[in-house]
Amino acid sequence: MRNAYISTLHQLAKSNENILALVADNGTIVYDEYREDFPDRFINFGISEANMISVAAGLASCGKIPFAYTIANFLAFRAYEQIRNDVCMQKMNVKIVGIGVGFVYSNLGPTHHSTEDIAVMRVLPEMTIFSPSDPLETVKVTNAAASIAGPVYLRLATGGSPKIYENNYDFEVGKGVTLREGNDLSIIATGSIVHEALQAVDTLEELGVSVRLINIHTIKPVDRDIILKAANETRAILTVEEHSITGGLGSCVAEVLAEENCEHHYFKRLGLKGVFPQGYGNYQEMKVLNGLSRDDIVKEVNSLLNVKRRIQPPSGYAV
Amino acid sequence: MIDLKEKAKELRKEIIKTICRAGGGHMPATLSIIDIITVLYYGILNIDPNSPDDSHRDRFILSKGHACVALYTVLADRGFFDKHHLGTFGKLGSILGGHPDMHKIPGVEASTGALGHGFPFGVGMALSGKLDNEKYRVFTLLGDGECQEGSIWEAAMFASHHKLDNLIAIVDYNKQQAMDYLDKIVSLEPFAEKWRAFGWEVREVDGHNLDMLLESFNACPFVKGRPNLLIAHTTKGKGVSFMEHEPLWHYRMPNLEEMKIVSKDLGLDDFWKEFE
Repeated sequence: MRNAYISTLHQLAKSNENILALVADNGTIVYDEYREDFPDRFINFGISEANMISVAAGLASCGKIPFAYTIANFLAFRAYEQIRNDVCMQKMNVKIVGIGVGFVYSNLGPTHHSTEDIAVMRVLPEMTIFSPSDPLETVKVTNAAASIAGPVYLRLATGGSPKIYENNYDFEVGKGVTLREGNDLSIIATGSIVHEALQAVDTLEELGVSVRLINIHTIKPVDRDIILKAANETRAILTVEEHSITGGLGSCVAEVLAEENCEHHYFKRLGLKGVFPQGYGNYQEMKVLNGLSRDDIVKEVNSLLNVKRRIQPPSGYAV
Repeated sequence: MIDLKEKAKELRKEIIKTICRAGGGHMPATLSIIDIITVLYYGILNIDPNSPDDSHRDRFILSKGHACVALYTVLADRGFFDKHHLGTFGKLGSILGGHPDMHKIPGVEASTGALGHGFPFGVGMALSGKLDNEKYRVFTLLGDGECQEGSIWEAAMFASHHKLDNLIAIVDYNKQQAMDYLDKIVSLEPFAEKWRAFGWEVREVDGHNLDMLLESFNACPFVKGRPNLLIAHTTKGKGVSFMEHEPLWHYRMPNLEEMKIVSKDLGLDDFWKEFE
């Protein structure tokens, strides 16, 4: 995702001279081509994320379009008041680009694992939030971010993200994508973990379980229609996110279901439950350690469907 | 040029009327900076109230947003908005709140209030000017207490690295913060040396001496290639005898007896009678 983001930014910079790449001592080598073409439009702030965001807001007030990039935690948490007051409150055209979300920085530990960023960014007025699942989608959300005249938070994994999309598709801001059709249960997922969910869905299909998989690339504004459709057409919903279940995608979906009075009693959020990411290892090992592997998703789906079988459905509920 | 002394005197009265009629506001901080703002808005800034969004204009950012009434009175007097708004300060439906909002008030360049934000925001404006080879200058007024924020020093380091000599920061050095004297809480000294060590060209001035302020601003950039810092030695509550040098008054309103003194000190005649 990282390379897809930077090459898209590079392309955007060629056609819009107001675009600036801002970094906080993060982005060795990967920005080289951009820097070669636009040495004056690459600004390294050193290790001062709060300053980078306030300065970005000042630049935006003069017509620049800064894309401020560094490790997601150092933006979402250290520079939070700057994002809130200087960017969102003042409606500045600043793009906040957090890299290494979830626990893709596997063995670097929880200081570098960004697993509460959606929760804090989502409450900010004016903010649009993109959480792409693969490199192709990263290209699309980066282009979309540039076309939105206002604050955007882009949460990206690092390099080497596997493909989710084999072919191009019609991307629309705020519209989720149904990656697999199914009618027993819906999985709603976001970001890198969509890859794991996709594998789980394939496994479940072999077991005779028909699962719909929905990828939410825009967390805010979230696609209410696709959530409600899933609630109406499938018997249960499981959200999957490499993030705290408090305040993240699962909370978004729960809010929609609750507000629309969905008589949908089979709902569960899979993600981190009141803990920071546990342990060390490679990314795959981290997913296993933290209960977000393909097998964990399969297990959750089965248990959710079993609960469903044990409980009498609400009256009038189409089984 | 207009008589700056007369203008500052007139604006002091306007500030007191605005805050007292609203029943709340940071009066001493406002009186501390009004001379600086008067010099900037009547003698220095290249701005046009009829064209407040002109991309070539000079920018002024009040980083210590709580002293906003000084800015409001000057902006109203310069014609950025009608003076009747001053009478609505802090009231239901007003565009003028206890901290300035750039989306509501013509002439306000940044919404400030949380300390340590306006200054780096101004650094961004100055950097943009350099990137575009613009001639405009960016002025930003900081509180001394505000300089306890780490974000000030991140931005200070960045500004000198990028040689932003189009940036002029002024510190309202009245030596007091909300609860007491800075020296009794967390001292800034040696203050000028700190800024110099951060790569800034520093001058010190009496922040109530209008001629000296004017001269200092006219001398900017002090040195080509370096950001400018003017340490303005000021008195918090300047002009109201019992507020000067008294930290207690940071956000307090005078009672009737005190209003009589305020009226006398600032030449407001019978203004106190409004509060009988």
